[in-house]
Amino acid sequence: MIDIQNLSKTFRTADGNVEALKDVSLRISDGDIFGIIGMSGAGKSTLVRCINLLERPSEGRVIVDGEDLGSLTETQLRERRREITMIFQGFHLLMQRTCLKNVCFPLELAGMKRADAQKRALELLETVGLKDKANAYPAQLSGGQQQRVAIARALATNPKVLLCDEATSALDPNTTNAILELIQEINEKTGITVIVITHQMSVVEKICRHVAILDGGTVVEQGEVSEVFSRPQSAAARRLVFPEGDLPAVQSVKGRLLRVVFNGAEAANTPLITRMAVEQGIQASIVYASTKSIGDKAYGLMLLGLPDDDSIVRTAIAYLTKTQGILAEEVTDGV
Amino acid sequence: MFEDLFAPDKVEEARLIIQTQFPTAIWETVYVTILSTLFAIVIGLPLGVLLVTGDKNGVLPLPRWLMQTLNVIINLLRSVPFLILMIMVFPLTRAIVGTVVGTTATIVPLVIAAFPFVARLTESSLREVNPNLIEMAQSMGASPVQIITKVMIPESVPSLLSNATIAITTVLGYSAMSGILGGGGLGKIAINYGYYRYKDLIMIAAVILLIVLVQVFQTVGTKLAVSTDKRLK
Repeated sequence: MIDIQNLSKTFRTADGNVEALKDVSLRISDGDIFGIIGMSGAGKSTLVRCINLLERPSEGRVIVDGEDLGSLTETQLRERRREITMIFQGFHLLMQRTCLKNVCFPLELAGMKRADAQKRALELLETVGLKDKANAYPAQLSGGQQQRVAIARALATNPKVLLCDEATSALDPNTTNAILELIQEINEKTGITVIVITHQMSVVEKICRHVAILDGGTVVEQGEVSEVFSRPQSAAARRLVFPEGDLPAVQSVKGRLLRVVFNGAEAANTPLITRMAVEQGIQASIVYASTKSIGDKAYGLMLLGLPDDDSIVRTAIAYLTKTQGILAEEVTDGV
Repeated sequence: MFEDLFAPDKVEEARLIIQTQFPTAIWETVYVTILSTLFAIVIGLPLGVLLVTGDKNGVLPLPRWLMQTLNVIINLLRSVPFLILMIMVFPLTRAIVGTVVGTTATIVPLVIAAFPFVARLTESSLREVNPNLIEMAQSMGASPVQIITKVMIPESVPSLLSNATIAITTVLGYSAMSGILGGGGLGKIAINYGYYRYKDLIMIAAVILLIVLVQVFQTVGTKLAVSTDKRLK
């Protein structure tokens, strides 16, 4: 378990002090996939670097499995870092080493014998599907392949925690999905705790179970992903959930409003609203919709205008929530 | 100057000297250049590493006064003209080699002139290493020494090689200059025959050979730098 307690980080710059993090407290349980989402400048990168103490927090503590990382000596800390590894937006592979040697890198640091390290590295490259690229150099690989090598490298020392710092932000949507699926698969197989730093909603929606929303260096909201995304309370959360700005014409809608959240629903190819009209005879107007399909799954949110009738609203909710991955509830204020 | 450059007697004389003296002179120049560069690298490379890692934000910060002293010494040595430096280190040369004239004796001033240069070249090569790679290594628990030996130096090998080429050609130039003060090699022949005795043809031949040597070093160095760089393929 990772317990971040009242973490603050202030940078001293020529133009005065910059408070990157203010009193951040988070608790991340073992085996979780935890998302930390925020706009650029929200302090995400600083926060993730405080978890392995690449940045020393100005105040507060980072406790991993009951051990306060701040109290460790440099040597002890270096050993702990083998258990909290990291992948990056820019992959950061050693360009003058082959893929195999890149995966061997953390094992070399740990002092493992060359032959053993290579054997383990090959296994890991197989896990990420790049065994045939073992002797290729990173420059010969695509971005997605490079990130797979970086993942293999991060897993080499059998870490308990994997920190992903905008790991898919430099990749195209398809590659992003493949990488996220790989991370999810590894999480399921090994039980590794994954912390995902991102500015993309879709990343959090796809793989995270819990999420914290970071804004201006503070955690403004945290909880289960479906919970936070279906009922965003803070301004920052709303900005993320509704990137086009708050819903415009909602107040003027007559009748009742139903918010439908698609959280990986297998409904991308189904005309859900039309079917509801045909099968249940409910005529819903789409007040707002921002959904997208990833694979055959739908993500996003829709606001439906319904007639002012309790039974119709209830039927609609029951009908919609029959499909897995859909949350529906009545709202009054348009959020 | 350059009158009757190709008069038959002059050509004959030049041919004789080229045949008798040039092979040794070429060997001396190559030997002094390579040996001096090697020693300069042995001293300059670690210093260059220190210049980068000892920085305030480096992986192994050193006290500010130490870094400043180091920088001043390097700049000082770099700003003394080579011939003056050669005279200034005569006592040291005598102490190490036993004499101040001859081919081997010039190695001492050459090394002293070249190692600060090599240190600066190394510094610039290492500063090119992507700082994110250093952060990556730190995040995997690398110690400062491991970062230097497993990340900074290996990642900058192509750049280090092309800078070593610059160093070796510079040392070659200095070694030719040392001909004035008793150094051996092609520089000595160019100065002794061409400048002191007006045998222009011999001087031109020696200079052409120096140019050829620079070309050879440069070509080999560039080829090596390119072939070791795995980013380009």
